[in-house]
Amino acid sequence: MSHNKNAAAVEQILRSSGVDVRKCMRCGKCTATCPAFDEMEYHPHQFVYMVEKGQIDKLTASPSIWRCLSCFACMERCPRQVEPAKLIEAVRLSVIREKGANHLKPEDIPAMLDEDLPQQAIASAFRKYSK
Amino acid sequence: MHMKFSYYPGCTLKTKAKDLDAYARASAVALGVDLCELPEWQCCGAVYPMAKDEIATKLSAVRALMNARDLGTDLVTLCSACHNVIKQVNNDMKTDADIALRVNNYIKPETPYAGETNVLHFLEVLRDRVGFDELKKKVVNPLTGRKIGAYYGCLLLRPSKVMAMDDPENPTIIEDFIRAIGAEPVVYGMRNECCGGYVTLENKDEAKKRSNIVLESAKVKGADTVVTACPLCLYNLKKNGGCEGVDVVYFTELLAEALGVK
Repeated sequence: MSHNKNAAAVEQILRSSGVDVRKCMRCGKCTATCPAFDEMEYHPHQFVYMVEKGQIDKLTASPSIWRCLSCFACMERCPRQVEPAKLIEAVRLSVIREKGANHLKPEDIPAMLDEDLPQQAIASAFRKYSK
Repeated sequence: MHMKFSYYPGCTLKTKAKDLDAYARASAVALGVDLCELPEWQCCGAVYPMAKDEIATKLSAVRALMNARDLGTDLVTLCSACHNVIKQVNNDMKTDADIALRVNNYIKPETPYAGETNVLHFLEVLRDRVGFDELKKKVVNPLTGRKIGAYYGCLLLRPSKVMAMDDPENPTIIEDFIRAIGAEPVVYGMRNECCGGYVTLENKDEAKKRSNIVLESAKVKGADTVVTACPLCLYNLKKNGGCEGVDVVYFTELLAEALGVK
């Protein structure tokens, strides 16, 4: 990504998330409490400093953005109200808002169904993975 | 005392989670609580859109909130996910002028909506309106001897500044409910940690792992049953988890049983 394009991507992610990455004091509590820790390449605290450093390409290309459970644990337990989950959501949105970049497609759904799967699971996944 | 509320059931309570809804309605009648289903409600979207520039995804929640305001009632939810979405969107309408302006510009209501509606989870109706002491008096079939673990999960409690239901790390509302219906609450470490949520669609192993951690934690402390208010938690714990000797049920089922209306 060109320097200007990258700066614009950082600005969009900061604006969309409303997160002030400079408040982070690197305590790592967000990552320590993250239930998806084992599944993630980049962890919540890394989203914070990588956005600050402008390393957006690495984040948007990482499967970590699909692994966040949106459980709000990192938001609740952050002692500085940085709220990393909002940053992860904004990075994910910057990916799926591009045309043709939906992570979950309607044709994927039938193979994922079982008789007990609640509609809530499908509605949630579409909200998180597709536009 | 007669209490009348607008009620938002949500899509899953009309389909895979009919029990969560039916037992709440039967119990509400027994408690003198009138739950009037909102006309023409739409799916809330199941997850709160966290981004400040998401407007369309918040509209269905706002429409429900606005209808409740226009009916002059508080809005009662039952599904943890609906509750989380509707309450957080309501907070946006109250506190974020930019979101409120853009939503109102889109919906164009006669009276702009500014977060006036009071959103209550059915558990809060039981605690704050009926009262657990009153509930206890109406129990005809106390669940004596049952050891029940409350599973709060994520969505009832967090983010606590907005949800404001209870202490996010040391909640008591469901334990107090369990006491009111005559059972013994079992407090266990993982009661407010995630079951794996929607990730079950793509990554069953992860949902299995998360769910089993929750159930094992409840079992070690001696729970024979775990209660939830969330259809996806119930699914994950039962289908992806599964722990011999620990049943997973909706809290409303135990309420209906205790009130003799099951």
